[in-house]
This record gives sequence, structure tokens and C-alpha cells, in this order.
Amino acid sequence: MSILHYNGGCVVAMKGKNCVAVATDLRFGVQGQTIATDFERVFELGPHLYIGLPGLATDTQTVYQRLQFRIKMYEMREGRKLKPQTLMAMVQNLLYERRFGPYFVEPVIAGLNATTKEPYICALDLIGCATEPADFVVSGTCSESLYGMCETTWREDMEPDDLFECISQSLVNAFDRDALSGWGAVVHVIEHDKVTTRYLKCRQD
Amino acid sequence: MEDSGDTHTGFQFSNFARNEKLVSRGFPMPGCRKTGTTIAGVVFKDGVVLGADTRATEGDIVADKNCSKIHYLQPNMYCCGAGTAADLEMTTQLMAGQLELHRLNTGRQVPVIAANSMFKQMLFRYQGHIGAALVLGGVDKYGSHIYSIHPHGSTDRLPYTTMGSGSLAAMTVFEERWQPDMELSEAKQLVRDAIAGGVFNDLGSGSNIDLCIITKDGANMLRPYDVANVKGQRVGKYEYQRGVTEVLTKKVRPIEIVSETVRLITGEDMDTA
Repeated sequence: MSILHYNGGCVVAMKGKNCVAVATDLRFGVQGQTIATDFERVFELGPHLYIGLPGLATDTQTVYQRLQFRIKMYEMREGRKLKPQTLMAMVQNLLYERRFGPYFVEPVIAGLNATTKEPYICALDLIGCATEPADFVVSGTCSESLYGMCETTWREDMEPDDLFECISQSLVNAFDRDALSGWGAVVHVIEHDKVTTRYLKCRQD
Repeated sequence: MEDSGDTHTGFQFSNFARNEKLVSRGFPMPGCRKTGTTIAGVVFKDGVVLGADTRATEGDIVADKNCSKIHYLQPNMYCCGAGTAADLEMTTQLMAGQLELHRLNTGRQVPVIAANSMFKQMLFRYQGHIGAALVLGGVDKYGSHIYSIHPHGSTDRLPYTTMGSGSLAAMTVFEERWQPDMELSEAKQLVRDAIAGGVFNDLGSGSNIDLCIITKDGANMLRPYDVANVKGQRVGKYEYQRGVTEVLTKKVRPIEIVSETVRLITGEDMDTA
């Protein structure tokens, strides 16, 4: 078993028409034993900017804290808000710095560019290799099932409400086939004027 | 403080002991993203042609179906990468920066051999731990050059070369058909066919074929040059009706703009007094 699967959990992000969505499950476990079902691993880093950090829970929290530090330093020094692409470069540097002793997280970034309103998603591996596809990104213990779900359900130019259904059903049906994740889900749909956060009703087994 | 930004550069090893302990307790190091890859380069009459497939893999999962493996170094120099994807991305970014500084310091176009030396010195210093296998190509005042660079720092200067897991498939095409002083159209077709050899015969390579043509007049990226695998049209639609997902709680947070200031910056006349 890989240490990335020790605590369980998964994250998915999708692009829609002038919107993006990011969703995660809520389980925190230690191998087979479930410890908590309200564990957040998607964090807000700006009004239109979210990051999901699935992987080893201790590293989820450490990476989040180190990132917060770097973002605050950046925003103080630059006097402006962070762009999604800038966050990607920042995470890439943070992870690649530890190329030979990595943090066990595989981050997913979702956001809108604050000025152009352009949707942005990306996924990184644990040493900071980024992929920026046009459709969706997945990460975590049930990434294989998520690839399958997203590949069939994702369509171009979905409205926010359709995007919500698509990402929710993809996530829920993928993690229902994974023993290590589930126990509730949270979905953020990011639009230029609002963020809608929904908690989903899920199986509890 | 470790993370304050101005106190350290280079790699950090603070997690290393912990991660080694995890390995000894039966949690092996997870794999990272690789570019299974077929990459190739040839010299032709007026310059060089570089080629690459566009598949990235994590184990046996296709992690990216259209990734870019031809990296920019200088206007007259590009390089294709195979191996650990993060290493390739970061090493080529670093080298692009170093080469640009070199260009500014010397005030000249950087010769391809200089980039080759910088790559091999860096990779040798890291003793193969940076998993980057490269095909470096460019045109300078000394002519057209292709170098292949291995992860441990050995390099070859060749008229045609291939690297990556599909290198054998691609090399068979070159060995059969490469000739000195080919025309551009012949060279493009040859590199396309070599990469296609990797795409169709090597599991680590796939999707499209990218080319980069470099002549003394500059570089031209063709991405994609050939879509070797067209995705079929989906006939049915898997559409979820709105409202099928059961929601426990819903919270909408509007993003309100409290104030907006627009400050126009107008140009100032130069002081000529």
C-alpha cells in the first residue's frame, strides 16, 4: 500500500462555461478505520481560487500552511491578489524543492482569473509536475474510477447547475467504489460573482 | 526560518529521513508522473527537426493525453524530454533561464554546444537522480546540431537520434530512411513516421505528434503536427437532470466588490532640460 492511500480521500475539478467546480469527499481514516467524516481537504485561497490537497493528511495540512505563508508574503510584496497560474507556479516550486524528500500530496487547483474571468484547473503530482487540461482533473485514492466517470459525463460548456450535477455524480459514483473515500462530499461551484458550496447526501459505509 | 524565502535555495531534504523510515516500514515511495515517450531529432539541409509524442503516464494510467514535450530554451534552440515529467519541466525552465542570462552577458546568440555542456554538467552533478533524458536541437553560426543527453550526464552529437521508451521503434525508421541533406518536407515526414512508430508500438507513447522545425531564420512549433489518434464522436449523452443529486446544505456566498479604483497611468515627457 502506498502512503498516498494511508488516510484516503479524493478531489476532482471540472471546467464549465465561465465557471469551475471542485469537489472532494470528507473521510479521514487510518487505513481501514474511519476516524472522522468532516475532514476538509479543499481550501479557499482567494475569492475565486481553491486548492484540493488529497494524500497523506499530515502533509495536506503542512502544505496548506506553508502555502498560506507564501501566498501572504506574495500578496504583501506584490500588493495584488494571486492569479491561478501564479498559484500553480508557487505550488510547483514548493513541491519540487522537496524533489528528493517529497510531501505526499497530489494537489488540484481550480479557480477563475480575477480580471479575465477565465476558468482554470490544473493537477500536480507529488513532486510538482503540472497538467493543465481543457476538461477535468482528478486526484486521490479513487482517481482511476474518477477518470472513468469524468470521461463519460463531462461535456463542453456546461452551465453552473449542470456542472454541479456532473461533478457531484462523477465523484459520488466513483468513491462509492472506493473503500478509502466517501462518507459525505462537498462541492464548490465558482462563478465570477458567487461561490456556491453544497454538502451532498452520501452513503455512510 | 526555513520557509522565509531568502535564506535558502536549492533542494530541501527535511522530509527525507521520515520518508526513508516509511519505506522501511512497508510504505514504498509512490511513483510520480513520467513521460513514457518517444522523442526524436534529425539534422536536415537547412536546420533540424525535433519530434515528440504527447502522452504522459502515471504507472499504467494515461495522466495527460496532450502534454507538450518540446521545451523552449532559446529562440534558436529547443529540446525534447523523456523521463520524470517534473524533472524535465524544472530542468528545462532552469536551463532556459541560465541560457538567457548567458546570452545577455555575452551579447551573442548562444551556441548549441554551450547548452549541451550546461545540461551535462548539471545532470552529472546529480549523478542520475534527476531523471531527464533529452534530445537537444538547434541552429547557430556553426551549423545545425542534434545532441542526445542521458540522465547521468553523457552526451552524443549525432545527425539523427531518438530517446525514451519508444526510441527503438523510432530508430528503426531513421536507420531505414535517414540520409544526409534531406529537404524540409522529407525530414518532417521522416520524423513524423518515426514518432508514429513509437505511438503505435510502444505503450508508453501515444496521442498526437508534435514537431518543432528550427532553421537559421528561427523556430516553428507545430503542435499538433499530426493527430495520429482521432477520438471518436460520442453518439449518446450521459446527462444528469438538474436536481438528481441530493443536497444536505447549500450556501451561496456572493463575491462583492467593495470598491474599485481605476488609476490611469499616462506617459511622462522625457526630461531634456
